[in-house]
Amino acid sequence: MTHGRVADVIVIGAGIVGAACAQALARRGQRVLVLDAGLHGATAAGMGHLLVLDDNPAELALTQHSLQRWREHGPHLPDGCAYRSNGTLWLAANPEEMAVAQTKYDTLQAHGVACELIGSSALREREPALREGLEGGLLITGDGILYAPATARWMLDTPGIEQRRARVVEVDGSRVRLADGHWLSADAVVLANGIQATELCPELPIEPKKGHLLITDRYPGTVTHTLVELGYVTSAHTATGPSTACNIQPRPTGQLFIGASRQFGTTDPAVEGWMLAKMLKRATEYMPGLAQLNGIRAWTGFRAASPDGMPLVGEHPQRKGVWLAVGHEGLGVTTAPGTADVLMAQMFNEASPLRAAPYLPERFAGGLAHA
Amino acid sequence: MPELMLNGQPLRVAPGTSVAAALRLGGDGSSRTSVSGQRRAPLCGMGICQECRVTIDGRRRLACQTLCQDGMHVETQP
Amino acid sequence: MTEHTDLLIIGAGPAGMAAALAAAASGARIVLLDDNPLPGGQIWRDGPQAALPRQAREQREALLRMSTIHLYNSTRVIACAGAKQLLVENDERGWTLTYDRLILCTGARELLLPFPGWTLPGVTGAGGLQALIKGGMPVAGERVVIAGSGPLLLASAATARHNGAQIVRIAEQAALGAVAGFAAHLPRWPHKWLQSFSLFDARYRTATQVVAALGHERLEGVRLQHQGKTVELACDRLACGFGLIPNTQLGQALGYALDGQALAVDAWQRSTRDDHYAAGECTGFGGSELALVEGAIAGHAAVGARQAAQALWPRRARWQGFARTLNRAFALNPTLKQLPRADTLVCRCEDVAYADLVGHRDWREAKLATRCGMGACQGRVCGGAVAHLFGWQTPAPRPPFSPARIDTLLCLDETPPA
Repeated sequence: MTHGRVADVIVIGAGIVGAACAQALARRGQRVLVLDAGLHGATAAGMGHLLVLDDNPAELALTQHSLQRWREHGPHLPDGCAYRSNGTLWLAANPEEMAVAQTKYDTLQAHGVACELIGSSALREREPALREGLEGGLLITGDGILYAPATARWMLDTPGIEQRRARVVEVDGSRVRLADGHWLSADAVVLANGIQATELCPELPIEPKKGHLLITDRYPGTVTHTLVELGYVTSAHTATGPSTACNIQPRPTGQLFIGASRQFGTTDPAVEGWMLAKMLKRATEYMPGLAQLNGIRAWTGFRAASPDGMPLVGEHPQRKGVWLAVGHEGLGVTTAPGTADVLMAQMFNEASPLRAAPYLPERFAGGLAHA
Repeated sequence: MPELMLNGQPLRVAPGTSVAAALRLGGDGSSRTSVSGQRRAPLCGMGICQECRVTIDGRRRLACQTLCQDGMHVETQP
Repeated sequence: MTEHTDLLIIGAGPAGMAAALAAAASGARIVLLDDNPLPGGQIWRDGPQAALPRQAREQREALLRMSTIHLYNSTRVIACAGAKQLLVENDERGWTLTYDRLILCTGARELLLPFPGWTLPGVTGAGGLQALIKGGMPVAGERVVIAGSGPLLLASAATARHNGAQIVRIAEQAALGAVAGFAAHLPRWPHKWLQSFSLFDARYRTATQVVAALGHERLEGVRLQHQGKTVELACDRLACGFGLIPNTQLGQALGYALDGQALAVDAWQRSTRDDHYAAGECTGFGGSELALVEGAIAGHAAVGARQAAQALWPRRARWQGFARTLNRAFALNPTLKQLPRADTLVCRCEDVAYADLVGHRDWREAKLATRCGMGACQGRVCGGAVAHLFGWQTPAPRPPFSPARIDTLLCLDETPPA
């Protein structure tokens, strides 16, 4: 049994959040060991959508800051990361949803987020594949997309980061025990392993939220912006039962990426036909021509959801030396750089670019006391 | 003898001819351009490799698994 | 819209046709489904330039005479839609099929190994060239090189020659000794194209591997290697395949166990799942005679005609002997793993090169890092290649089991399970 000090910081999880944290640590001279069990979590499965979301001020602050950081990363990302700034076009199907679009527009404008309200006919000009009769939309021009697995790899390819394939089975302060029995220690441990976080810290209020996705064959030029229905805003974070929302992303390859679905209470990765059909039906309601395109692959992934929809970023209140970066739900890719910034500020006692309070783990103090 | 339109040009073929064969009878045999810009043509002939994806009457289909029909419109992928 | 059938048979090649005809005696409602435009599978593929053997024509005519056999051509299986229920689609629509018993006769596909230039127009599989010619592709006057491994090279050469092509070379990678041993048994086996095979044919060379396909916009020539010596031959077509791999994807999705690379079945052609059978090349390569008898056994067994099934066991055993002889003779030389260069594409759908794949731990990691296997062929071509090159196994497939119209996927019931 080795009680070796192997790094300044051990990061558990080589997904986009772990990778962003590891990169941030390494860039400030920390020796980082990233441990990953090879399970390929949400980073491998998700849509790679970079978006500003304003369900609440904390979410807006984190996503806006993070989008800016992605823009800074942008020129350095290799081609395989497929980074594009193609914007998000939120779709309003009726006057009620258009009113929501207006409110979003006002809020975003007030925060300096570039956006544009679009009426019904202009909408069809911009996106001819959309059905007639939509009320209009809101275009958020600075939003984008990227291919998260390649981006995580790029982030991990930073001097000072060592990567190891290993499964952590126990965390005890800033030491971890691997499946093979070895203990490794560091000054700090960062837990960034999504839904697996509860295997190490059962007290964490993280629930897996299953999502289905489908990708089509190549049909370049069909769609320009990532198209999301405004109904998404109401269904995504508040629903407890299964829900679907139209989310159609044009990949640089010309393929259309179709989501989105949410289900609680299962960790079965099988593609469920009923959910796939429900999700696709919703998408075809906004884009009828989709029905004639060929789907070539479908898969599922599990988002790590927290009770209030905000991630847990900061030191575990009961486990000194354990720093949390988990619970990002569907915004892990978007908020990875922002999460890293907020975490660095706390780990090194520096000024934070964002108010840390809304993301602090201790806001769930009652639940976390059972560590 | 069915007559189809291949990339806008009429082509008459023997009954039972596959669209893959028609690509060669009415052109250079190629079906699509790959991700890195290479021209491709049918490879496996039996519906597996997907190299022969073309547009037939508005839908993406496999040329090797489709028989030519009178009035069919076939477009190879650019 | 759901359709019910007593017996569902997937694949209308020799095995599927034999299964349908054997089962028809019971009066059961039989659906025989196939993704090709006509029944016959690959070996009995019909078309304007096909020369269908009499037996193939007779089987097909017998099939069409049976009113209880419903033949659905150009129909692909897309997903499991429930217990004993499949989502299928043809070129017009999608629908679901429920069944009491299932026989998989999904056959095999060619092992296509990557080599420099293999993506050039003019390069096809060996069986691929044969299939394309049967469907009407003109080859008269064209210079053809056939390469790779297996008796399929000879069948392909025969079809090409019959349609006016000039066979420049048949390059078999197996050594002379191995192939000669097989040839010595040939008089026992009735296939005409095998009888015409002669080791003294100047164009047939053993221990010869393709090194590269040459050309700019399309194929212009081939580089071959024999015992260290390289030769370049000008040609218009290169038909190259390295034997057959069983199509097990649907079986795996349905929970069939595997036996090596093929679907596992018992003496009754039954899988590990009740009411689910398999026959033909998907249970292991053996040629059309073996496929016919396996199909018949499965058909009898699936409708409870055990005596009729058992009566065919000796015939099956005889053809299994042939299969063993064949597989031994044409084993692949390990040097074939060195065929690709760093920049040779392995995944043709996503244009992923060999050098990008080397060093990954397994298929899943390689897929995520490079997108190899994420394209329209769903890993069927590159999967065979990486299994051979790196030993990577591909997992059981997810739906859709074939590219499918989204319209078809909408046919799945939206009701969540209880």
